[in-house]
Amino acid sequence: MKPDAANLPYRLPPKMFDARCRACWFAAGLLVLIGASFWSLDLQWMQFLSLDAARSMGRFIGEFFPPDLSAPFVKKVAIGAAETLAMSLLGTLLAAAAGLALALPASRLHDGARARARAPTRLLLNALRAIPELVWAALLLISAGLGPFAGTLALALHTTGVLGRLFAESIENAPPGPAFALRAQGVGPLRVFCYATLPQVLPQLMSYTLYRWENNIRAAAVLGVVGAGGLGALLSFHMGLFQMGKTATILAAMLLMVAFVDGLSYAARRWMTR
Amino acid sequence: MNPAATRPELRDPAWLGRVFWLLAALVLLWPLTVATEFRPWVLLEPANLRISGRFIGSFFPPVLNGEFLAMVLRETWRTVAIATAGITLALVIAVPMALLSVRVLSISALPGRMARGPFWCRQVVRWTLMVLRSVPELVWALVFVRVVGLGPTAGVLAIALTYGGMLGKVYAEILESGETQPTETLLRNGSGRLQAFFYGLLPQNAAELSSYTVYRWECAIRSSVVLGFVGAGGLGQQLDVSMKMFNGGEVATMLLVFIALVALADRVSAGLRRGLG
Repeated sequence: MKPDAANLPYRLPPKMFDARCRACWFAAGLLVLIGASFWSLDLQWMQFLSLDAARSMGRFIGEFFPPDLSAPFVKKVAIGAAETLAMSLLGTLLAAAAGLALALPASRLHDGARARARAPTRLLLNALRAIPELVWAALLLISAGLGPFAGTLALALHTTGVLGRLFAESIENAPPGPAFALRAQGVGPLRVFCYATLPQVLPQLMSYTLYRWENNIRAAAVLGVVGAGGLGALLSFHMGLFQMGKTATILAAMLLMVAFVDGLSYAARRWMTR
Repeated sequence: MNPAATRPELRDPAWLGRVFWLLAALVLLWPLTVATEFRPWVLLEPANLRISGRFIGSFFPPVLNGEFLAMVLRETWRTVAIATAGITLALVIAVPMALLSVRVLSISALPGRMARGPFWCRQVVRWTLMVLRSVPELVWALVFVRVVGLGPTAGVLAIALTYGGMLGKVYAEILESGETQPTETLLRNGSGRLQAFFYGLLPQNAAELSSYTVYRWECAIRSSVVLGFVGAGGLGQQLDVSMKMFNGGEVATMLLVFIALVALADRVSAGLRRGLG
């Protein structure tokens, strides 16, 4: 072996326009992708940027004012907002339960476990996760009918996929000591999980669930657009009837709710990390 | 005698608390199930079961003829293109806004407190970003479909506005979270703000910024499918049409294509992010 030189030889950085330079190929590919996207979409900029469009846009926004703030309608919006919250909460709870139930077969609980169900369960979780809530809701409308029930189930299905995967990761990453100690005593797998693994990962599972709940409130607000209840249903109904004052109230309620949840989660995170 | 008394290993010292909290949770859940009309038995009613059974049964076999597949492929490309164009326009919004709102690049803040003008400028930019991102992209799309008509333009604009808000906020956060010493030194020695950004802030944070952008591109692909449901073109719109016509075979094909597309975007984005470090 050659002895190391006292000073490592000074190496020049690679040439910028080296044909093998990965960054260049990457940048070129990116530019091609962006160019092809804009070229193939035949976007109607002219229509959007023309004076006519600006005028219709202005008229459209003008119709939002004044928002409809009559007491019965505000009450209706408040009920819609409460329904949205209930949908997101129940959907997240169902998903947490189902996610935990699926995370067990989807994780290798200890070294040397055969974990035969791991691959198929993960495939199922990925499929649940890949289909967005809105598509689930549109599919479920057929069997669950219009209304918040379909939305709740849709949120639950999508979130089950997300949470199941996260739960499985954290179960697999839990420190193995306590579980090993119980297993060495001959305790069965279910009780090993309940008394050794679960208490260790529970805080993490809770924080994942809370995070998803926050996301689901936002998702639940728009699920109604396909007919699945909550604020979104009111929005698409009144927008469809061109009742712009009412639409403005609903949009404001949505914004308020999202901002409120954002602020709450920001405060909670600061409080917890302090 | 019950077995727990003779076998202490079966005793759970915390059972009282566990049972109490379980019951309390069930009592709290009750109003939720009423509010969401949660009636799972509706799914099992014979009439409903027959309809869902027929719909799910029609998933098999998925439609696989050449003409339909070509259409699905074209729409898939449109979905990706809407996401890419949307993210590109989002960058056009996000980068200047992030630069305007970053505190580190403030010259007046160097000696101590920021002057009033720049402070309010930054606050206004931040609020704008907040409003942009707190309107869900679906709502933007609904609005733009009214203005520019059905088609991909509404989808691109919706993604551009929502993701512009998100990217702008996160870019500013990333830029502020890093080491600020080099930037500050540059500014103190008389470099301009852009120079300080390009030579001080950007090299430190480039990897994180680009990896976050790639991650958001992946999210945009997912949401551009959803935007199709309100008429913004792409795979979602075809899915909506097939669903309304109860054409299970077409729905099945498109769902499979969609799952594959999401998995592919997931892989590509994970690979790119690993490469970016």
